[in-house]
Amino acid sequence: MIKKVRRHIVQDEPLLFEISSPGKKAYQLPELDVPAVDAVEALGAANVRSEIEGFPEVSEVENIRHYTRLSTWNFAIDLGLYPLGSCTMKYNPRINELVARTEGLAWGHPYQPEELSQGAFQILATLEKYLCECTGMDAITLQPAAGAHGEMTGLLLVRKYLESLGNPRKKVLVPDSAHGTNPATAAMVGYEVVSVKSNDHGMIDLAALEAATDEDVAALMVTNPNTIGVFERDIVKAAAILHAKGAQMYMDGANMNALVGICRPGDFGIDVMHMNLHKTFSTPHGGGGPGAGPVAIKKHLEPFLPVPRLKRIGRKYSHDYDRPQSIGKVRAFYGNFGVLVRALAYILAHGGPGLRNATIDALLNAQFIRKGLEPYFDLPVTEPTMHEVVFSHDRQEAKGVKTGDMAKRLIDYGFHAYTTSFPLIVHGAMMIEPTETEPKRELELFIDAMISIAKEVDEDPQLVIKAPHLTRTPRVDETLAARRPIVRWKP
Amino acid sequence: MRYLPKSDSERNEMLAACGLKSLDDLYSYLPSKVLIKKPLNIPAGISEYEIVDYFKKQANLMANGYASFLGAGVYNHYRPVLCDVVVSRGEFLTSYTPYQAEISQGTLTTIFEFQTMVCQLTGMEVANASMYDGSTAVPEAAMMAIRITGREHVIVAKSVHPEYRQVLHTYTLNQGIPVTECGYDSETGQLDLAGIEANLTDHTAAVIVQSPNFFGCLENVRALADLVHSKGALLVVVFTEAASLGVVQPPVDADIVVGELQSFAISPSYGGPFAGIIATKEKFIRQIPGRLVGQTVDANGNRAFCLTLATREQHIRREKATSNICTNQALIALMGTVFMSVYGKAGLRELAEQNLAKAHYLAGGLPARFKAPFFNEFVVRVGDPEALNKKLLKKKVIGGLALGRFYPELADCTLLCATEMSKRESMDIVRQAVQA
Repeated sequence: MIKKVRRHIVQDEPLLFEISSPGKKAYQLPELDVPAVDAVEALGAANVRSEIEGFPEVSEVENIRHYTRLSTWNFAIDLGLYPLGSCTMKYNPRINELVARTEGLAWGHPYQPEELSQGAFQILATLEKYLCECTGMDAITLQPAAGAHGEMTGLLLVRKYLESLGNPRKKVLVPDSAHGTNPATAAMVGYEVVSVKSNDHGMIDLAALEAATDEDVAALMVTNPNTIGVFERDIVKAAAILHAKGAQMYMDGANMNALVGICRPGDFGIDVMHMNLHKTFSTPHGGGGPGAGPVAIKKHLEPFLPVPRLKRIGRKYSHDYDRPQSIGKVRAFYGNFGVLVRALAYILAHGGPGLRNATIDALLNAQFIRKGLEPYFDLPVTEPTMHEVVFSHDRQEAKGVKTGDMAKRLIDYGFHAYTTSFPLIVHGAMMIEPTETEPKRELELFIDAMISIAKEVDEDPQLVIKAPHLTRTPRVDETLAARRPIVRWKP
Repeated sequence: MRYLPKSDSERNEMLAACGLKSLDDLYSYLPSKVLIKKPLNIPAGISEYEIVDYFKKQANLMANGYASFLGAGVYNHYRPVLCDVVVSRGEFLTSYTPYQAEISQGTLTTIFEFQTMVCQLTGMEVANASMYDGSTAVPEAAMMAIRITGREHVIVAKSVHPEYRQVLHTYTLNQGIPVTECGYDSETGQLDLAGIEANLTDHTAAVIVQSPNFFGCLENVRALADLVHSKGALLVVVFTEAASLGVVQPPVDADIVVGELQSFAISPSYGGPFAGIIATKEKFIRQIPGRLVGQTVDANGNRAFCLTLATREQHIRREKATSNICTNQALIALMGTVFMSVYGKAGLRELAEQNLAKAHYLAGGLPARFKAPFFNEFVVRVGDPEALNKKLLKKKVIGGLALGRFYPELADCTLLCATEMSKRESMDIVRQAVQA
């Protein structure tokens, strides 16, 4: 039975271009306080464009209604549990939005004089210090714009370091349970990708790893806890295998939210790792960005970090570009500063003890869901669950119902879908991550909904296969979109 | 901790339901040598009030109350209130990448509108859902051109933003992509066409130029396009100042247009987050990196949108993907989308014309270094730019960018920018200081 939602009126809304009509305005510019300039005279006729064909002309009221109506077609954390495994959809504190808009910070120009940038430097230096403390690493660059961008930065550091020893090597090992960004990144940095099979427990198979590791291997890209939500019990031994051959341990820190305050990658053999501040440190996902993907490293990789580095002389900071071994820049300026501000605000609110409590509550929530659902769904890997739990649709598939169908049915119950079909090593994966910011009642409603769906699969599988039924938009034809791509509006 | 929504008694009930005795049981099975030995050395959590206070204190160490004439890739434009109102809605702010189309039509529709407006603005046929920023969009465009042409060499003009070129070098270094930099004409400030011609070969995949370029000069894209296409290479045109497209002819002869949308309601924010764009011809759509939203129908036959052509992407293709990019900059792109719809067709033109007027007023009577036409940025020969900037700072004015840092031969020059936000009295201070 659906307990969390009931239907209400949803406004319909055309595209901007369809409510546009000539002469409507939502802007007013101030009077020019200097003489107007004739564009043709200043730029030459060939350099002046004609009107922007098709561009909207919409009033202010219509604008705000347009976007407000569209917004109501979205699900969001603010509406309820968003159990996307691996994505860490936790509450986004609004204070973080407020402080990122503080005037001196929001309007700071990256080239303004260093003596007028000390506030930004203080913020960056403090965040660097706290992130190093959380990870047990020696130094960090805040420049990468996203997790995948951090992966690229991290592998570039590995490559430059190995080059400095005389040989960049050829291969990067990637477990078959890894995020798709890992192999894609390794290819971009010029490495051949070698997939390493997981063992029956969904973990690194030490024998397979040892067999794959030779003098041509630059690094292993490991996710810990892995994408099944299980801590890699043999991580220290894995690091020893890599290090014995002179290779580096790269950690994908997508699941760092399961570790903060409990254990630190720097203490279990990791040389380089990225973090997703939009996951662990709760900067808003915003419908798909912006994020930030800082890369933390051990001391031997420090000379290679992107420029500029922060340099402190007395009480003043400055940018240090004099870093001859640096990999260069991975992004213009200094990274997604506004995102970094939000992450620091999150850390300040929690403090050290609060960060640890948040991690423990995330583990508790995942454990609670596992216990509640284990009788109803197959759990292929029964190792202890950390922050997320991965079931399989095996039991329901017998009735013709797949993970994606149940995920869509979950929407009718007032929740976002869980992650489907990932990780690839679990057949029909149902990957559920509640995060620490879910109340007990919301978790109970979720468990209740999943049990109810399991019953529906038994009694009326078509109900699940054809879901969702209660959304404004029923199932969307993705095949048609790909077969005949229409990616812009035309009159 | 105020963001944790459980009472201790609820925690105990949950532990009991899980058959656990204490919270420690949730992780105590981990190998003891990996468990943390002492608490994190981060002070205890603080209140909202103290957080606001902390950031205000840092903000006060920044350039509050200064007029600024810095551009160089980051511009001071007015941000209509509606932009923040829209992106602050929880439905946009706190949602994920719109994989579940049925409950993400809000985000998907705005991205479809974004892609459409980027096409209209740039004169291209297709655009993706945005990139991290302008600088990272450049190497992505280069890699795209390499995939399309099957060639490996890239030419980039030195009048492209220096930091964008640095990012290009970082990305290409390990992929066996040789990059040649070509100079600029020291009279006009435009790219050196002969230099590009001399370096253009049958191996060249892309020629990358910027217009308006880093010096603010408009490039002759049409002439360059003919040259580049005659050798079978693709022309990539970059912009950093999106507001220029309100009045400047878009680079319709380009094959790929990449740029930075920061000017469209995205605060400078000490360098990010911004949003890049990548737009191209329809025939290249399958080689475009990043997210794309496409139109389709739902089960009732109504128009709907979804992410599409995902087979290009890393979560499907893994090491054979077009890029490792996993997200776009949805919320920032949304700011830009609202900005474009607030200004609209007439507003963007008027905004651009105000920029043109302000910059030409500021430039009036100053010793221009280059002759080419400019939009809202230009290079002035001032002798000692650092000394000039020091003098201006005393009057609460941040001067231009001293160019010696990127172009040693222009060490006596400064790059000045004026926008609709520049006030006449501040511009007069700069003019007098340069002329003094």
